[in-house]
Amino acid sequence: MVGTSHLPILVVLLPLVTAYITPLLGWIDKRICNPLVVVSMTLAFLASLLLARSVLTGGVISYHMGGFAPPFGIELVVDYFGVYMCIIISFITLMAAIYSREYVAKELHESKTVPYYTLLMLMTGGMMGASVTGDLFNLFVFFEILSISSYALVAITGKKVAIMASYKYLLLGAIATSFTLVGIAYLYILTGTLNMADLSVRLQSVYGVGGSSWTLIAALAFFMVGYCIKAALFPLHTWLPDAHSMAPSSISAVLSGILIKVGALAIIRVLFNIFQPEFVVETIPITSMISWMAAAAIIAGSLFAISQTDIKRMLAYSSVAHIGFIILGIGLATGYGTTGGILHIFNHAMAKGCLFLCAGAIIYKTGIRNIDDLAGLGNKMPFTMAAFTIASLSMIGIPPTAGFVSKFYLGLGALETGTWSGWVFIGTILVGSLLTAVFYMKVINNIYFKEPLLREDVQRDETPLGMLIPILILAGGCVIFGLFPRIPLSLAEPAAKLFLGGI
Amino acid sequence: MEIYSIRPILAVLIPFICALLIAVTGEKNRNLREFWTIAASVLGCMVVISMFPHIYNGGQYIFNIAQIVPGVELGFRVDAFGMFFAFLSSFLWIVTSVYSIGYMRALKEHAQTRYYFCFAACIASAVGIALAGNLLTLFVFYEILTMSAFPLVIHEETSAALEAGKKYLAYTLSGGALVLFGMAMTYTLTGTLTFASHGFLAGHGSAQILRMLFVIFIMGFGVKAAIIPLHSWLPSAMVAPTPVSALLHAVAVVNAGIFGIVRVVTNVYGIGLVADLGFLLPFAIVASITIIFGSIFALAQDNLKRMLAYSTVSQLSYILLGAALLSPSSLSGGVAHIAHQGFMKITLFFCAGAILVQTGKKNMSEMHGIGRRMPLTMIGFTVGALGMIGAPPICGFISKWYLGLGALEAGHPIFIAVLMASTLLNTAYFIPPIYNAFFKEPEGDLIESKEASWWLLGPILLCALISLIFGMVSMVPYTPLQLARTFLGV
Repeated sequence: MVGTSHLPILVVLLPLVTAYITPLLGWIDKRICNPLVVVSMTLAFLASLLLARSVLTGGVISYHMGGFAPPFGIELVVDYFGVYMCIIISFITLMAAIYSREYVAKELHESKTVPYYTLLMLMTGGMMGASVTGDLFNLFVFFEILSISSYALVAITGKKVAIMASYKYLLLGAIATSFTLVGIAYLYILTGTLNMADLSVRLQSVYGVGGSSWTLIAALAFFMVGYCIKAALFPLHTWLPDAHSMAPSSISAVLSGILIKVGALAIIRVLFNIFQPEFVVETIPITSMISWMAAAAIIAGSLFAISQTDIKRMLAYSSVAHIGFIILGIGLATGYGTTGGILHIFNHAMAKGCLFLCAGAIIYKTGIRNIDDLAGLGNKMPFTMAAFTIASLSMIGIPPTAGFVSKFYLGLGALETGTWSGWVFIGTILVGSLLTAVFYMKVINNIYFKEPLLREDVQRDETPLGMLIPILILAGGCVIFGLFPRIPLSLAEPAAKLFLGGI
Repeated sequence: MEIYSIRPILAVLIPFICALLIAVTGEKNRNLREFWTIAASVLGCMVVISMFPHIYNGGQYIFNIAQIVPGVELGFRVDAFGMFFAFLSSFLWIVTSVYSIGYMRALKEHAQTRYYFCFAACIASAVGIALAGNLLTLFVFYEILTMSAFPLVIHEETSAALEAGKKYLAYTLSGGALVLFGMAMTYTLTGTLTFASHGFLAGHGSAQILRMLFVIFIMGFGVKAAIIPLHSWLPSAMVAPTPVSALLHAVAVVNAGIFGIVRVVTNVYGIGLVADLGFLLPFAIVASITIIFGSIFALAQDNLKRMLAYSTVSQLSYILLGAALLSPSSLSGGVAHIAHQGFMKITLFFCAGAILVQTGKKNMSEMHGIGRRMPLTMIGFTVGALGMIGAPPICGFISKWYLGLGALEAGHPIFIAVLMASTLLNTAYFIPPIYNAFFKEPEGDLIESKEASWWLLGPILLCALISLIFGMVSMVPYTPLQLARTFLGV
């Protein structure tokens, strides 16, 4: 369907335009930045919901920028998956923005306020753009926008460790960027177009031809390595634990909650939108390769997380494991599996977002980062810790939280393959969630059941309301979408079906 | 006949709401907090009882919440067996609440709000398990039960309690993972998870797959049902306060494991299919080994609660033996034993708790002559112990009788020998403490001790009395045995 409304471009422009207005208004008064960003993200969230409604009723929307028809003009394609990502991105960013008002005032120097919000909006604009674009080069550009602003956000505290982490992230990110750029160049040489829909049509004639298919394979390889770095898929995850633990917690929530999933989105786009499913599943079994890597990520990420003492680092390694769950679902390339992977993007965004915000609240109130020192917090900050517990249970996959539903779908997807590797994968999923239980239960144990060193530490001292509300909303979401999973599934299921159409 | 009704969800929600009210009330107003517990337990039990007549006449209540995967709803379907377990849990909750108030206040336990909160959550999940209409719903509540019982297990927060908690979680979460695997497998094979009165797996998948799946289910649920060698969390968990032991051993937790196994045997596989797969003998042998070894381990204990824990391990496998023998009599005896064991074991644990409160003694070797100072408590203990041994007219005898009949019907009289051996072993470890309690002179600080308060004594005597009544009038409608027979259609 060719859209008549301008909603598709609106969701991209809202954060981007806000990014330009923020410094202007911030120059007048720094206190305007936060309300501006919150209002803008609320509007973006509502626009995403409206967009979802029109996609659900009218099918995939194609929006031609400036009215130029593709493949010559730039095309935005809003499919089920794109709008699904838009909703998650705008929602999590909104939560992080509400949380930021009090958090940033204390944790960051005053002079950093304006750059903080500007970069946050740039990054969100990049993510929104990457979700809805139908053009491969556009995807690359939006990826650059979101990556560069995230490098800066990781380093924004100005601490030496944070700058080191950002530098490491930048180096690997730059490698990833150049790899994807080379991939794009190869595809352009082969087909002379960069529009995704057009590419998938023109590539039809390339698959069979002996000589040039090597170029195609090389392109695919460059894309996979590049975007797997962006998605932090083990063993290309090494930048993630540093970057996500050193960034301010509100930014960690966005990075871990949604940014790495945009990498997963790019993998999906390359595998299923540009290449033919038959090609990536059968001719070159790239999906089964990334499934095995994802399985390794689940186990390795969890094992690393168990040995961490810093709470944010532990959460970061847990993200390495959970990006494994998501990519495993994608790689399974079965109805339930891909649905489960896509669903887990949503469920993990909420749970991990909540956890990082809670960790931020702990640091904000007490300055504690070491897991062993958390004793007595259950009495000190009961609501924050209750939210932390619920989100942890969702990460482990205990019903009735949302994490259970995606775990169950992934398990069904693994069995659906009907091969021996499916049995290995479901075993990995179950063992992975048990390992997840090991390190989250350790934290919960310390929070509630360990004797605090000093009695006076246990006075009631709850997180300020402005920070508590987003935490509670996210924790509530973990339970509500566990009981009523049809809500996210109404988009995740058709999205998976669309990608797997050829199988 | 099926009725769409909110009663099942009400029975689950009442304890959940009660848990929230307890959390909100908190330590500020202890009497109000305890009032919520008592009020909700009575109310919940009444809702469950209100479903009795319709269910007893072969009807069902249904309520669905939301779809999770195509063809499987998060929803309830109440049949006689579910009714039976829901009633057991919600009724014993009333008794345990009364006992808890007496016990926790007498010992001035810490973190009582957390205790009552988690207890209510456990009951809600137990009722949810009981009324679940499909395997998925059962699993959801099964895992909630696992998590909400964890703070109770480590209530003391000593290093022993924390170790026990770790062990408990490691065992039960692994068991849960196996059940989840089995459930995913079942769904992949059949596309449904809804319990059917004669099972729904027949005709799906090869015999080999079905055999493997059965073993996975038994192992998964067997962790909570404390089948040897998956039992060792249960004796460790006895460090928890006595009412928690009552919850673990009689009200909810181990019963949930047993309930799951019986559901799998009767409503997922169906008795016929289990027999066709040739599971009668291996399953019965595993149960028999657990019966015998549980009792042998119990013999070696001096700590009263630890001995009772091993006795539970052994008694639970009576139920499994009943399920394994696959004959109508053995199954009805086994199912009835869930309630019988519950009432008798809760009496015994309550007695152990009352002794602990009054004298501070945990070991049987220090309890000589206690029967002269606390006669009513020890009479309750004697009734429970005799019931465990299987002496008429206490309800333990009824279960044993039907199990024996079932062994004959199944054509394997050898299992009667197992029952007899177990009876002897039970006698060997239950009679000496009773003898010492009544026929030896109290020594040391026991001379001064006296009967516990009525908060503790009332529940003991009530449960002992109910054990007696179920034993004497087992042919009257609505007793556990008759409900079991309704469920099995015999």
